[in-house]
Amino acid sequence: MSDIALKSVKELSDMLAKGEISSVELTKAYIERTAALDGKVHAFLFKDERLALDGAEASDKRRARGETLGALDGIPVSLKDVIAVENQPLTCASKMLEHYVSPYTATSVKNLQARGAVLWGRLNMDEFAMGSSCENSAFGPTHNPWDLSRIPGGSSGGSAAAVAACFCACSLGSDTGGSIRQPASLCGVVGMKPTYGLVSRYGLAAFASSLDQIGPFARTVQDAAMLLGAVASYDPKDSTSVKVPIPDYAANLDENWLKGKKLGLPKEYLPDGLDAQVRAAIEKSVEKCAAAGAQIVEISLPHTELAIPVYYIIATAEASSNLARYDGVRYTHRSAKAKDIVDLYYKSRAEGFGEEVKRRIILGSYVLSSGYYDAYYLRAQKVRTLIRRDFEKAFESGIDAVIAPTSPSAAFKLGEKVSDPLEMYLNDIFTINVNLAGLPGISVPCALSAEGLPIGFQIIGKPFDEQNLLSCAHSCEELFGMRGVLPNLQ
Amino acid sequence: MEYEAVIGLEVHVQLNTKSKMFTDVPYKFGEEPNTLTDPVIWALPGVLPVLNYEAIRKAIKAGMLFGCTIPDIAKWDRKNYFYPDSAKNYQLSQYDQPLCLGGEVEIELAGKDGSQMGPHRKVKLTRIHLEEDVGKLTHHAGESLVDYNRAGTPLIEIVSEPDMHSGEEAFAYLNSLRDCLVFADISACDMEKGQMRCDANISVRPKGQAELGVKVELKNINSMSNVRLGIEYEIRRQIDCLKKGVAIVQETRRYDAALGVTQSMRSKEDAHDYRYFPDPDLMPVKISDELRAQIRAELPELPFDLQRKFMEQDGLPYSVTSVLCHDRELSEYFAEALKTHNNPKAIANLLVNELLRELSAEGQAGGKHNLADCKITPALLAGLVKVIDSGLISKQIGKEVFVEMFATGKSAEQIVSEKGLKQNTDSGEIEKFCLDAMAANAKAIEQFKAGNEKAINALIGPVMKASKGKANPAMVLETLKRLIK
Repeated sequence: MSDIALKSVKELSDMLAKGEISSVELTKAYIERTAALDGKVHAFLFKDERLALDGAEASDKRRARGETLGALDGIPVSLKDVIAVENQPLTCASKMLEHYVSPYTATSVKNLQARGAVLWGRLNMDEFAMGSSCENSAFGPTHNPWDLSRIPGGSSGGSAAAVAACFCACSLGSDTGGSIRQPASLCGVVGMKPTYGLVSRYGLAAFASSLDQIGPFARTVQDAAMLLGAVASYDPKDSTSVKVPIPDYAANLDENWLKGKKLGLPKEYLPDGLDAQVRAAIEKSVEKCAAAGAQIVEISLPHTELAIPVYYIIATAEASSNLARYDGVRYTHRSAKAKDIVDLYYKSRAEGFGEEVKRRIILGSYVLSSGYYDAYYLRAQKVRTLIRRDFEKAFESGIDAVIAPTSPSAAFKLGEKVSDPLEMYLNDIFTINVNLAGLPGISVPCALSAEGLPIGFQIIGKPFDEQNLLSCAHSCEELFGMRGVLPNLQ
Repeated sequence: MEYEAVIGLEVHVQLNTKSKMFTDVPYKFGEEPNTLTDPVIWALPGVLPVLNYEAIRKAIKAGMLFGCTIPDIAKWDRKNYFYPDSAKNYQLSQYDQPLCLGGEVEIELAGKDGSQMGPHRKVKLTRIHLEEDVGKLTHHAGESLVDYNRAGTPLIEIVSEPDMHSGEEAFAYLNSLRDCLVFADISACDMEKGQMRCDANISVRPKGQAELGVKVELKNINSMSNVRLGIEYEIRRQIDCLKKGVAIVQETRRYDAALGVTQSMRSKEDAHDYRYFPDPDLMPVKISDELRAQIRAELPELPFDLQRKFMEQDGLPYSVTSVLCHDRELSEYFAEALKTHNNPKAIANLLVNELLRELSAEGQAGGKHNLADCKITPALLAGLVKVIDSGLISKQIGKEVFVEMFATGKSAEQIVSEKGLKQNTDSGEIEKFCLDAMAANAKAIEQFKAGNEKAINALIGPVMKASKGKANPAMVLETLKRLIK
């Protein structure tokens, strides 16, 4: 099996530039590797080899004419099945959209296409991005490439697993409460949630509009920086998109960034009950940062413990309304048994949605109901402001970045938590705050557990300061020695 | 016992913007179903709303017309309900921070007759908010069809206080709203095309009682006159109930225009919980002082203000102004004509009496009858008045010229010169016509000399006839008087 599939985007980009490989060869390598191994992982929900090879051929032709579209030209990228591409299915891993094909393309993907990236496949996820294990997919779970009996994390489990398994050079996911960083942590890859508003949400099927962000998965920080720079843009089609300069993140990475910087370690993120291996891995990583010249400061983010209730009020409230359009009337699953319009809604939604999605829609409808709105939704919004203030105060005190574990444990077994939603929700305890505060966060692999499972180190940056966040992550990656450590998937 | 009705109206008005409220698809009435749509209108996965600032400006403009307070920040909320008229199953609207607050609408009630201005009063507004229109369902045997063409069209909802007391007031209020909104180019307000829709909240109480009676909402009234009839019926029905001691149920009713009665649609128990919450896809709208000033500068004069000005400054009769000031096209035509020649009375008279009559005759004959298609431009009409005022032709000849202008679009000067209609001011010739007339009618001369001033008309007639109507009437009169002496 060709090992070009294992290379980083940067290496591949250089090889393409030098003519050492063609995009068609590279794309074929991923197609073959996926065909051989995805039966075990089940990262993909949709693959179109012909379409990918057409994209690769077009890239090679451009290059032959001396007209490349940049560093990503010819690089195969896969997408979480929640991002719309014209003439491709968009299932959101739901029976509800099993036969839906999108007639338009998301802005983030248009940006990728404008830079010559080759679209290769659509990746598994928790249904409508609701879940932390990828077990809520209507089309079966994805398996963790490091241990096929374990979950890859979620909701972007397929995106993380596909990058870890080297089925593509890099991928896009979406992060509402940790859905990029937590699976990145569990699959031993780099995953980043940008500042809310940096990447257009146009074409991202909404879960919780005020929290959702599209972000990159890659095997190195530099690759993630390349992909982020390619997808980020101000988009007039997304009113929450923000007009900020988008620097060449990858070219500007500073590997000596840590020296003299202040890293804030929130005491609330290393609670007493934390998994011992995760604690040890984080503490060891912190020591490495200190040794590289960073100053470690213990800080407090006092409203941390409120994050989960606040998140499950705001996210479900928005979801209950966002998912109302999947109703059996136009393009979704429609129940064959319906007698009238109300029955059509009930039955189509009962048949089309999975348990977790229903649970969240009911919860969200409840917290918005007349008489409960003030006590739940309005109050949650106020606490959200306090959570944001916690971070602002930390940064105002001179902290350059906040560091923390990404996930409270390494990957758990398939089925282990599936019957206990509350236990499952706790997986997002270290990542949710970042979405509530709208901040950028990244997970970088920092160690392997005794069982050989990856553990992620989370870095949280200032709003729209992705460049410093990526430099910090890049420097940490150098120290942690996990770059190029990949699962042995045969 | 005497009873008093209390009425509040909720009026929905479609804005005449180029595109829809949250996407750049246009809206037009009467197109093929589902052709004015896009992924946003279909609420496909991943789409997002984008604000149409033209709609925001028009909504603020509407508020300014009625003296509403325009707050610094307005926000968007989702009104959640399941029904196929809204593809998202929520409607984007404004719940607690609308674009316009307060305000009032001046209305005119009927006067003694058409020649006299009726009493005016002001109806208080609660708010005006901006939202998106929904699609249209049609129900057939065994199936229902939905057309999303109308969905997403910008719609303002103008909510009045419970400040009206009769069907006549409600009718006058709707008329005034429509005139103002049409004058400000906010909407054509055609109820037949659904551009203006009205729901009425009606209650009745014993006169003098402070608290309001049980409220009934009257929905889906499809014309101005039906609003009046529906309300009047509902008031009678409620008073009847009170007189008979039957409890009035809080409910929604519809007006059946064919039967002339209101009928129950649903009771209050069926009321929705709309689960309003702030839309996370749209940022709140910030309204700056600059924007306010810009929109304020675009405000037209309100029809009633215009009418008072015409009556007081220009001495136009009420009957003429009430035609002129309740038709935007006509009043614009009038203003344009005044730029060429400033004789408001004569121009208004020609416009309201001659031009409208010709247009309506042409319309009845099946031809074009819009002012916009009329061959007489405002400048041409003013030109005719100018020619009359300069003494070149008489008023009588002017009417003849007008008919020719209407048919050909030629200028008054051109017609006068082509047809040789120029007034005759040749004193020698006029004297000759006068002498001829006097020679033929000695009796009239005697009567005039005896003190019967009117007798001179018997001489003027033949002079005008002999001159083919072109003799200057003033000169004829003067010459006759001189010669008789």
